[in-house]
Amino acid sequence: MNALLRLPARNRELVLIALALLITTAGFAAVQIARAEALSWSPLIAAALFAAAYLAAHVALRLYLPDADPYVLPITAVLAAIGLIEIHRIDPDLARDQGLWIALGLGLFVAVAVAFRDIRRLEALRYTCGALAVLLLLVTIIVGTEVNGARLWLRVGGLQIQPGEFAKILLVVFLAGYLRERREVLAAPARRVLGVGVPALRHALPLLILAGAALVLLVAMNDLGSSLLLFVIALAMVYVATGRLLYVGAGLGLFALGGLAALQIAPQVQTRIDGWLDPWADEQGACCYQIAQSIYTIADGGVTGAGFGRGLILNDAGGTIIPYAQTDFIFSVIANEMGLVGAAAVILLYLLLAWRGFRIATQADDGFSKLLASGLAIAVAFQAFVIVGGVVRLLPLTGLTLPFVSYGGSSVTANFAIAALLLCISQRANRERG
Amino acid sequence: MNARISHLFAAVAVALVALIAMTTYWQVWARGSLEARQSNVRLVYRDLEIDRGAILTADGVVLADSVPGRLDGRDVFLRRYPEKGLAAQLVGYSSLLAGRAGLERSLDPELTGATSDLAGVRNAFDRMRGDTVRGDDVVLRLVAAAQQTAMDRLREAGRAGSVVVLDPSNGGVLVMASTPTFDPNDGLADALDAPGSPLLNRATQGLYPPGSTFKVVTAASALDNGVVEVSTEFPAGDCIETGGQELCNFNGKDPGEHDFGYALVHSVNTTLATVGIELGEERLEATMADFGFFRRIPWDYPADQNLASGIYNRRGNQVPPGANVDEARLAIGQERLLATPLQMALVAAAVANGGQVVQPQAVQEVRAPDGSVTRRPQAVFLGRAMTTETAGELRLLMQQVVDEGTGAAADVEGLDVAGKTGTAETGEEGLNDAWFIGFAPASAPRYAIAVLVERTEGTGGDVAAPIAADVLRALSGS
Repeated sequence: MNALLRLPARNRELVLIALALLITTAGFAAVQIARAEALSWSPLIAAALFAAAYLAAHVALRLYLPDADPYVLPITAVLAAIGLIEIHRIDPDLARDQGLWIALGLGLFVAVAVAFRDIRRLEALRYTCGALAVLLLLVTIIVGTEVNGARLWLRVGGLQIQPGEFAKILLVVFLAGYLRERREVLAAPARRVLGVGVPALRHALPLLILAGAALVLLVAMNDLGSSLLLFVIALAMVYVATGRLLYVGAGLGLFALGGLAALQIAPQVQTRIDGWLDPWADEQGACCYQIAQSIYTIADGGVTGAGFGRGLILNDAGGTIIPYAQTDFIFSVIANEMGLVGAAAVILLYLLLAWRGFRIATQADDGFSKLLASGLAIAVAFQAFVIVGGVVRLLPLTGLTLPFVSYGGSSVTANFAIAALLLCISQRANRERG
Repeated sequence: MNARISHLFAAVAVALVALIAMTTYWQVWARGSLEARQSNVRLVYRDLEIDRGAILTADGVVLADSVPGRLDGRDVFLRRYPEKGLAAQLVGYSSLLAGRAGLERSLDPELTGATSDLAGVRNAFDRMRGDTVRGDDVVLRLVAAAQQTAMDRLREAGRAGSVVVLDPSNGGVLVMASTPTFDPNDGLADALDAPGSPLLNRATQGLYPPGSTFKVVTAASALDNGVVEVSTEFPAGDCIETGGQELCNFNGKDPGEHDFGYALVHSVNTTLATVGIELGEERLEATMADFGFFRRIPWDYPADQNLASGIYNRRGNQVPPGANVDEARLAIGQERLLATPLQMALVAAAVANGGQVVQPQAVQEVRAPDGSVTRRPQAVFLGRAMTTETAGELRLLMQQVVDEGTGAAADVEGLDVAGKTGTAETGEEGLNDAWFIGFAPASAPRYAIAVLVERTEGTGGDVAAPIAADVLRALSGS
């Protein structure tokens, strides 16, 4: 361990990536053995593609971001590997797609790392990012397709894209730039109303617009998860920028009001809440079937789990017992096959990733980088919290993906872009400290 | 800003640790109670890992067995019914989607090798971690060859119907046929919507007016209670008046002066109705209860797939004894009296058995995987429905029914069949429920039979009696 810590950063990263690749290979082998299917090349090809993509990303970091944090990329490798193995276990065809998307995601990772290796370039684009984010969301609302009542998808050619995943990153960039500019006036407003400092409208207006937009999204997209995520990211960044809990409290109050309004008009939200409060009320019904099956699946895993490929996940028709097991409910599958040990490990990996993200934020020495890194870290960590919280019935169920793990091109590629941005910030911070 | 970033990280840490706590709760604390929930579909899937025992007929035909298959990458056992619809309602099914029915349900503990329902299954899970759990095989008393004959003949009749044959000495169910039937291998979605309700076991769930076959019960009660003797004389006449309405003989025939024996053999409605009035509702219903009417017949078949024979009101609810019915019409098997074929086979078996009512038994023996016999049911008698003398007198009269009366078509060369026919009006013009009940050989009965054909244009003697003859022929091998 000490020997490892004494290695130069990039060599440390290489050792850890090698370990992640070992897990991938062993996992694929375990699934193949457990399922005793005729040995085929497809998982080997997937594993090889996975390894090649990660090694390429590693080489790109050596060239462009040599001083960046060495842990972020290996953490994503373990998460992506666990996801890929479980997706392969559910349906090998889906795993082929996911392997491709991971490769594509790492391609985007390298592109972002090269394009923004000087993170200040991104700061200049803050308003462009903000406008682009709003545009993406508007387009989704207007011409998007509905899946399970939530309007989150955009159909482009044969592909289904979830623009929200990318809009999320663009909003974080915009907020980081905007808050760095205005943070003094927002933190210590000149005007006081009833003894409480209130910022001038022209400073606060963009924030209010953003808050309003999130609430509109909540209703228009009929999706509690995405709007909650955007809202919490914004509040967290405002808190980091201003340190004023008043804004956070006001924001949460506003969201609660919006949520109550949504309950009145969006039946899907009420259904999710019913299933959360009492999943056993109508186990076969719309409120409860998914959450009840998720809990059965998780409980079935016990402490050590059934083992890769050995859990009871598929039904006799070849589908999954829980609908959307490869996306929303991938954590339930992991908890089943890897047990409490594996499930806790996955959650701790997100904690580790958040820790690296916040650490990068504290080490950065400009406001924009600090705010951007905090926002990105909270984006990944809170998204993991909301979706896992949903499937373990800590929170009402929402349709978010588990970053790096869930099946899905938009989710995977967007999260790799987040990882690249974190490393860009880290590069600048570490190089300047020498 | 760094302090605030730390606060944020602390909040994230608390949230993520809460997730671990919740996961721990499900996987450690709540696991046991969740695994035991009946609605947990995993229970059903886990049952597939048990090598469920086979169900065989007495003559060695496999009605149900388990074959290895694959489900979600694991070895499981899938249920197969090689004889398809041969005894589909009796055997029932064990299916992931539809659950279980018939003997597959009532014999489930033995078929899965579990002693009691849930605890046993859970114990089985633990054992499963090592070896495959093998259930016990069940050998039925059913005779496949005769069952096949019954199914074929019912199908040829072109109407829904049922045949039940019991062994009077031990209650063994030798034949239990019900048409239309279904193939349990095909899944049950189609059978659920199919015309004629093929899932219904007409032998135990079909309620039909027993018509003249019920006169055996009336005669047993009257003779036992000393209301009449076989030689008691009755006057001529084609109709009598009862309850303000005319009650006439079949086709308005006048039998002339005759004795009670003649009245039973030739199914004289007026005489049996007169006897019914004299006997009274209370005594007749007491005899009915002794034969097993008014309650579900207890046997190794799911209780809720047995309907009680008895008197039903117009809404289809059972009326308890003592409801002040028209005893004249009750005595000739009318007055909203409904009976299952199994109940009427039990009536025949009681006469055959010297008055003793035997409990039906589907199972001949249960065999452990190693071939040792774990259970061989003994004959159970539910009580006495009439004296031995009365039974002897009825036997002679029922022999005459086949020798010279309405049941001639049930005659089997060298078997000496005794019986009684019935033709009950269904309320639809020209359509009757045709019955034959009987036993053979009359001197030392080995088979007690009930045949029912629904909504046919023929009579019991035309339609049901020939089917009985063929089934009895198949059983006796003659």
